[in-house]
Amino acid sequence: MKSVILFDSTNLALWAEEILKENDITAKMISVPRKISSDCGYCVMIDSTQKQQAEKLLLKYNIDHNEIADLEDI
Amino acid sequence: MNPIYFDNAATSFPKPDAVYTSVYNCMQVGGGNPGRSGHKMSIAAGQLVFKTRKALAEFFGVRNPMRVIFTLNATEALNLAIIGLARKGTHFITTSMEHNSTLRPLHELQKKGLINYTIVEASADGLIDPVKILDSIQTNTRAVIINHASNVTGTIQPILEIGKLCRKNNLILIADCAQSAGTVPIHIAESNIDILCLTGHKGLLGPRGTGAMILSDEFDEQELTPLKFGGTGSLSDRIDHPDFLPDKFECGTLNVPGIAGLYEGVNFISNFPGGIAVISATKNSFSRNFITHAKNQIKGFTCYSDENMRNSGVVSFNIEGISASEITQWLSENHNIMSRQGLHCAPVAHKTIGTFPQGTVRFSFGIFNTFSEIEQSISALSRLVNEK
Repeated sequence: MKSVILFDSTNLALWAEEILKENDITAKMISVPRKISSDCGYCVMIDSTQKQQAEKLLLKYNIDHNEIADLEDI
Repeated sequence: MNPIYFDNAATSFPKPDAVYTSVYNCMQVGGGNPGRSGHKMSIAAGQLVFKTRKALAEFFGVRNPMRVIFTLNATEALNLAIIGLARKGTHFITTSMEHNSTLRPLHELQKKGLINYTIVEASADGLIDPVKILDSIQTNTRAVIINHASNVTGTIQPILEIGKLCRKNNLILIADCAQSAGTVPIHIAESNIDILCLTGHKGLLGPRGTGAMILSDEFDEQELTPLKFGGTGSLSDRIDHPDFLPDKFECGTLNVPGIAGLYEGVNFISNFPGGIAVISATKNSFSRNFITHAKNQIKGFTCYSDENMRNSGVVSFNIEGISASEITQWLSENHNIMSRQGLHCAPVAHKTIGTFPQGTVRFSFGIFNTFSEIEQSISALSRLVNEK
């Protein structure tokens, strides 16, 4: 299953993508799914099994994020 | 005949080949708008902007790349910093070596009755004594604005000492690094700089129309009020402008091709053999070489840059009996040598060095210049003097 990490800022999403990739987490930028938000930006898609690891990294680098939504839920 | 380009303080030329190709590729292939959609081209453009943000943060010793705010140039960055910090009844300190991009916003704010400011006088060689800054501090002083390297004399200010005294006295330090970024090593935290303003098209070798305001990791961005509001690609459902970085100060579509070129410029400097210290030493030696030989060989030559002081590669001079504009035009037309005459947008600096209002001829050297070109320019100037 896949999850998406949401951010207020596309700039933060880009930073998060890089940090996650540097730490061997498969991360991909995608458009924010319509069911989550009508915002014009993008979010970072990861494998749901790596959610915890990703959250820890974002905390370590002080990259603010919003919810992490499982794509199955939406 | 290839031009001899001695106007690098206005804009550097040539640029590394990678700068040209990246601008072209960005226009031709990477045409997306960063942060404005989720399609591949938009994401690629966003990644390119992010990678440049990160490269600049690393280059100046900032941990958080979000603290790099892209601007059009150093002037826009300085306006953002100065006007953004202005509060009614506060006092600013600046110096007589400043560019109009600092003096004019301060003057406008003072005219409106919002702030007042003190200009600390430099010595005749353009150097600021940090003690004079200390002596100018008032109870309501909010910030100090320093031109790190002069675009008139090439004088490099003692930013470490100035930074220390600002920190000790709880003053915000704005560094105008238009001339020093990419030429003089700068570490924002070690120098206690709070806000670093730079342009991308001079020492950093990027295209014109690029610049940045970089906030140190410790500086509280709530101190700064934005000047522009608009589309950021974030929180679009709200009427309130975002208050997080960099969106708080960066809105509207960025100059992505310019930023693509700037990345390659910064990359070129970062990978320069021996690093920025070699670039700094090379430009310094160009200035020293020119001044020493010109003093010996050109009759009536007066130089306003001291060959014994550390210099950023900028030399101002005059030749007795020949106006600065006559010299630059003659060099351009007869010897294909590009230089600049006049006041260099820094009238108070010219008052300090005693060349107001006539100004000077300015030679500003770049990393691609050679000692042979300097020799040719001295021969050309000697010929001009002999013909007169």
